[in-house]
Amino acid sequence: MDFATAIATTVAAVLTLCIFSFLYKDNPFYKFTEHLVVGVSAGYWVSILYVNVAIPNIWQKLLAGKWWYLIPAFLGVLMWTRIVKRWAWISRYPLAFYLGIATGVAIPLEMQTKVLEQIFGTVQSFVALHNSQTDFWAGINTVVVVIGIITSLVYFFFSKEHKGATGGIAKVGIWTLMIGFGASFGYTVMARISLLIERVQFLIDDWLLKLFS
Amino acid sequence: MRTTHCWICIAATVFICCVLSLSAAAQVDEPHSDTLIVDSTTIIVEPPPAPISNLQVVDLPNDHGHAFHLTWNISADDLGGRNNVLQYRILRTPGWAGPLTEPQGDGPQWRNEQGTWWHLVEGVWDTIASIPAGTAEYFNRGGKAREGNDYSPDDVGFSFKILSVGTGGAVSESAIFGPVESSGQWYHTGKTWVVLAVLIFGGLMLTMVRLARGGRELYIRPLAGINAVDEAIGRATEMGRPILYVLGLGAPDEIATIASFTILSRVAKKVAEYQTELIVPCYDSIVMTIAQETVKQAYIDAGRVDDYNEDMVYFVTQNQFAYVAAVNGVMLRRQTATNFYLGVFYAESLILAETGSLAGSIQISGTDRVTQLPFFVVACDYTLIGEELYAASAYLGREPILLGTLKAQDYAKALLLVAMVIGVIAGILNLGWLTDYFALNI
Repeated sequence: MDFATAIATTVAAVLTLCIFSFLYKDNPFYKFTEHLVVGVSAGYWVSILYVNVAIPNIWQKLLAGKWWYLIPAFLGVLMWTRIVKRWAWISRYPLAFYLGIATGVAIPLEMQTKVLEQIFGTVQSFVALHNSQTDFWAGINTVVVVIGIITSLVYFFFSKEHKGATGGIAKVGIWTLMIGFGASFGYTVMARISLLIERVQFLIDDWLLKLFS
Repeated sequence: MRTTHCWICIAATVFICCVLSLSAAAQVDEPHSDTLIVDSTTIIVEPPPAPISNLQVVDLPNDHGHAFHLTWNISADDLGGRNNVLQYRILRTPGWAGPLTEPQGDGPQWRNEQGTWWHLVEGVWDTIASIPAGTAEYFNRGGKAREGNDYSPDDVGFSFKILSVGTGGAVSESAIFGPVESSGQWYHTGKTWVVLAVLIFGGLMLTMVRLARGGRELYIRPLAGINAVDEAIGRATEMGRPILYVLGLGAPDEIATIASFTILSRVAKKVAEYQTELIVPCYDSIVMTIAQETVKQAYIDAGRVDDYNEDMVYFVTQNQFAYVAAVNGVMLRRQTATNFYLGVFYAESLILAETGSLAGSIQISGTDRVTQLPFFVVACDYTLIGEELYAASAYLGREPILLGTLKAQDYAKALLLVAMVIGVIAGILNLGWLTDYFALNI
């Protein structure tokens, strides 16, 4: 390991340990690292946004003669009117424009991907059961999925209190959700542990062993 | 006798010459013959595969233009016959297919090839794709940007042909099909269900909102997490500690973030009334701007505009884990009594909730990210699961628009549930005529 790499790796390792010190309690080392990473990332993102957004989407478009890109650029500039209290109300116009377009785009997209395609997919899975290649357990799985969907949907009815039959069905629904959450939790925790292992490997293999070998 | 032999020899010679001549003629007429004799060595030359047939090209429907859909019947030698098709090469030319012509001045059709401007030359065949044998369909999707390398102009006639390439390299050409023009469509016929669903939902929503505005009492069942909001704010007031409100990492156009703004409005109004401190660290600058407006309006509504401080809503950074580090620091240093995590969350959810739990804060969370909900369920006191987050904003706001929307959602869910049950029954009974309706043709 050359000198420059050794310095860089040591800095990274010390900062890692500073962050880990939070496991004990809040302390000056953690505070220092926290402020460092916040400051560096904020500066980094400013440069990233300038290079990846402002330059290609405004500057280069205008140079190419696409003058209509001045309109979104102007709307963006209007956001800065917030700096002056008297003119701060003007910034609501670009916000309204942005939210209006975003909502208009989102509604049909959500309706298609998160509602209709899910329901149609469920129905088509029953159609597929008639296929001779589908085995018994696939059939059981499809039935369980449908029961889970119906009971979970009932749980999310807000117009009726969860009492009586509705309450019973909703209870099955929340159990279905919790079983799903449990599986997801276990899966993600395993992924997080692999992140910890990677950090420990960095501290031992890339830092300690290489530095002192 | 000698004369007879002589005649036989002459006849035999003439016959051999005729046969050789006919053979040579046959060689000339059939360039793709099976054999070629060179210096007594026989080289097997593989014949070209049979050409494809019935080439059809149409403008790709339901798109923004610049695309064609090609179909054909595969070669008789593909998966059958001599089985010697290696691939199909698809060629395209603008205009009518014809002989190679020189560029005729500036044409309306342009393309960019390796940074240079060219105009499409009629009669020049471009290879647009080579696809494996056995394929009988191809989507020729071009770009719509004139400056792009893959630009394919609309309203320009293109002709197509397909070469069947044999394993030995010999090719056979299909008949030319064209010209065909591409164009964009305003309406996607495959998304009719989406249009109907949006219209039905919109109609339900307008009806419910009108009913709510007319004073109709719309019942919404109590949500545990929402009932705890007032309690949590009261606790913070009693303890004299601040309240932390995290809007998550979502952009302002995400539905969970929009719902969170409504809840923030309610929380900020209560905070203003109780004169408690509110801290709202933001990940996104636009979210910060909207949050500032929301909190300010809440303070105005509470009649405490003088207590509003713009610094209570501030931007941290747009780096996920740097943001988490900063929020964790706030929790521990400011000893927040109550933490709200409502909006869009990713891997930071458990880190935030765990730190808040260690700090002894009462925590109310809510997100529509299924993968993050388990962490909130485990580490927070109350969790709004998915749609409960949207319902919470209506429940708290009690505004006719929100209440009407929530009611409309319930009715829409009921309709969808009924539709799904019908579809499932049709699926079980294998009623193809009915199950065919349960599909989007996208």
